[in-house]
Amino acid sequence: MGFEKFGRISFTSQTKVSEFVDYLEQGELRATRCRCCEKVFFPPRADCASCLGGDMEWVGFNGCGTLVSFTVVNYAPTGFEGDVPYTLALADFNGIKVFGRLSSKLSMNEIKVGMKVKIDVITLPGGQITYQFNAA
Amino acid sequence: MPKDVAIIGVGQSAFVRSYGGSIRELAFEAFREAMKDAGISAVDVGASIICSAPEYDKQRSPAGLIAEYLGLNPQPTFMVESVCSSSTTGIRLGYSLIKSGLHDLVVVLGFQKMSEISSADSQERMGRGADIMWEAPFGTMMPAYYAMHAQAHFARYGSTEKDLALIRVKSSKYGVLNDKAVYRKEVDLEQVLSASAVAVPLKRFDCCANADGASCIIMAGAGKAKEISKKPVWILGLGSATASMTLTGRGSLTGLNCARLAAQQAYEMAGLKPGDIDVAEVHDCFTIAELMAYEDLGFAEPGRGMDLIREGQTYIGGKIPVNVDGGLLSKGHPIGATGGSQVRTVVLQLRGEAGAIQVPGAEIGLVHNIGGVGVYGNVIILGR
Ligand SMILES: [Zn+2]
Repeated sequence: MGFEKFGRISFTSQTKVSEFVDYLEQGELRATRCRCCEKVFFPPRADCASCLGGDMEWVGFNGCGTLVSFTVVNYAPTGFEGDVPYTLALADFNGIKVFGRLSSKLSMNEIKVGMKVKIDVITLPGGQITYQFNAA
Repeated sequence: MPKDVAIIGVGQSAFVRSYGGSIRELAFEAFREAMKDAGISAVDVGASIICSAPEYDKQRSPAGLIAEYLGLNPQPTFMVESVCSSSTTGIRLGYSLIKSGLHDLVVVLGFQKMSEISSADSQERMGRGADIMWEAPFGTMMPAYYAMHAQAHFARYGSTEKDLALIRVKSSKYGVLNDKAVYRKEVDLEQVLSASAVAVPLKRFDCCANADGASCIIMAGAGKAKEISKKPVWILGLGSATASMTLTGRGSLTGLNCARLAAQQAYEMAGLKPGDIDVAEVHDCFTIAELMAYEDLGFAEPGRGMDLIREGQTYIGGKIPVNVDGGLLSKGHPIGATGGSQVRTVVLQLRGEAGAIQVPGAEIGLVHNIGGVGVYGNVIILGR
């Protein structure tokens, strides 16, 4: 339980990495790191496919990221229609890639592939919690 | 070049917005055409492989139902799924059933009746073809993912919306000639560029249409193929690869790594190189997907795919004609049927039976069929 609070609409409630949401509630985006082989995972994983280990620790992200790509969507799947238009994006934080939305406050001419971004944790109307990218 | 497994029959229903019949009847349309093309009857069939993305089906376990309706009991049947590449995955499995010696003749039947559910539901279900824990909660859809690949390609290589529009203009020119295509109107550059945005920079005409349709490919081992077919088309090379479902696990967004790997495998198995291909069918669910395919298949250097369409090299008469049946953009994209339709087009080309869209003297053809946004990639090389 707990993970159903993540995102505009969550399709998953049970996962071994639901602590992700607890960190979001503290304003932090965290990845997992394998204690055995030190590989870092985002999205977080409970199991390491590199060494088959299952002993993970939570680690934070440092610094700002770079926008890899983005798109403004004008149509949305069922349940997301009220949000359009919104901007989906992929950003790279020193080799760790993060998928999410860009802040709706950014204007189109501010958004460029390669721009520096940071992560904001936000609470949505209805109490769901998520993160978004903003200009760094 | 291996000549162990051949395609001896091909069939396809018309691809339409909304089919006025049930899935079994839709499947039968493609099956009837392929069986007549092969000149065989149901007793000749060793096994059937049914290909469909089951999220569209109201029927649970459709393989059993379809096999019954096709008259293929008591032979074994099963269903395979790799979303939009399901039927080329079916062909890969058919190849292995034949090579293993388990069966000498296999029917691969792909179908999708996308109109069984509403368009919004369909987008929502396809959105859940992305990682439902980490990406779908942001409101993802297929057009958005491909749009992100387009933005990345534009930013890195200087390709433009106009390059993508040129691909749709080509598609529509050939779609007009395909009486099984859902979209048969020519569109010009201005229309494509001025259409409303779906997911920036992809606009309405950069996206293929949902459709209902079925395809059927009949495969046989070498002995059987030579015995019953005057015009077998041989499977010379097969490649198949995967990439992470999450975009976060991808190396770059300017191409699809699963397609590059699948192409390498297929070229190596066939002992051929990109320059040997006379005609190609690529998975143009969006215009950017065709542009990336030019590069992923080695028809152009990375970052130079746009030169091919700017110079008209992917038209009939060009260096490498691509999607001269209109592609997914004009034919429509009935998920489970799409790969089989691509294979059918190439088989007809290699037999010299492609009519108005015939590439003169085509001997070697290639099919590139992608499932999800580069999650599953299948490449098949065919020859006379
Ligand atoms: Zn490990």
